[in-house]
Amino acid sequence: MADPMRIRAQASGDKATVRVLMSHEMESGQRKDAAGKTVPAWFIQEVTANLNGKQVLSAEWGPAVSKNPFLQFTVKGAKAGDKIAVTWKDNKGDTRTDEATVS
Amino acid sequence: MKTASTLSIAAVLALSVAPVMAQKTASQGIDEYRAMLQDGNPADLFEAKGEDLWKKARGPKNASLEKCDLGKGPGVVKGAFVELPRYFADTQRMQDLESRLVTCMETLQGFNAAEISKTAFGRGEMANVTALATWIAAESKGQRFNLSQAHTQEKTFYEVGKRLFFQRGGPHDFSCASCHGEEGKRIRLQDLPILTKNPGDGVGFAAWPAYRVSNGQMWSMQLRLNDCYRQQRFPYPGFGSDATIALATYLGVNAKGAASVAPAIKR
Repeated sequence: MADPMRIRAQASGDKATVRVLMSHEMESGQRKDAAGKTVPAWFIQEVTANLNGKQVLSAEWGPAVSKNPFLQFTVKGAKAGDKIAVTWKDNKGDTRTDEATVS
Repeated sequence: MKTASTLSIAAVLALSVAPVMAQKTASQGIDEYRAMLQDGNPADLFEAKGEDLWKKARGPKNASLEKCDLGKGPGVVKGAFVELPRYFADTQRMQDLESRLVTCMETLQGFNAAEISKTAFGRGEMANVTALATWIAAESKGQRFNLSQAHTQEKTFYEVGKRLFFQRGGPHDFSCASCHGEEGKRIRLQDLPILTKNPGDGVGFAAWPAYRVSNGQMWSMQLRLNDCYRQQRFPYPGFGSDATIALATYLGVNAKGAASVAPAIKR
């Protein structure tokens, strides 16, 4: 089971800034371990964000994204009390969803 | 005609931009980069993990660490970080945050302290100790260092730490003071703090544990000190060794009054 994300969402005016910190190894598949064997690729492939259940962002990620990635985006029309849910899915099929309330 | 004027505007723009960029020094550039990273410091993830580990019943005795005495009484976490290392009457020795946590993990949870201390940094229970230290440090964020020098052991460790700090050795004939004893020293682009006096808020001792962006690892003070010895081409003094605790006491006492920013973020 993957570790939880840290999601912060702050409304200002007619939009909200969402900051997401994900906990993931993001192994590129290019590195070798001490024994010289390639470390298999293991990274987040799909990221989606929902505002009150309606999709507002979808992204395809690759192995070039850093370990423990940080994602920031703005959502138009989000106000305090709204629910922001972020989901990622990695290339091993593991997935995690976390939700935060816009403040 | 139109192209010519556009070209001249472009030339003027290029001229005006170049000097602005030249004014920025490398260390300012790094500061900006750090400020950018600060917003999404992955140390937060370790902090959350540490808090969870503190409250969860674990180990052979299936107990939590909530009764652990970090020097301010059982279970008191806030403010403990800025007073460590200190002398503990129950173990009758000087302990820093991490060695104290290992003691608690043995007495309360039934883990084998010697085994944890032997574990490599970032592995197994040692990774948990680092996460716990990250959370405990974060609980004292903004507070000012105030190490006790009341007990004889605390004074002795300060003196021993001072001597270790200036002791030169290894193939490069290096001491801690070779890099951390003068103004304006740096390793590549990293400015090195002077640690023989208070280096200021959130610098040096007041900045660890910290997340290292370059390798994606959470570094505790114990790893920081041990790795300094590695850079001196010395063997690791060892996790929780008296040498590292003496050095930490020296650095901690010197940092008296400095505000802690731990967990920080490093290049």
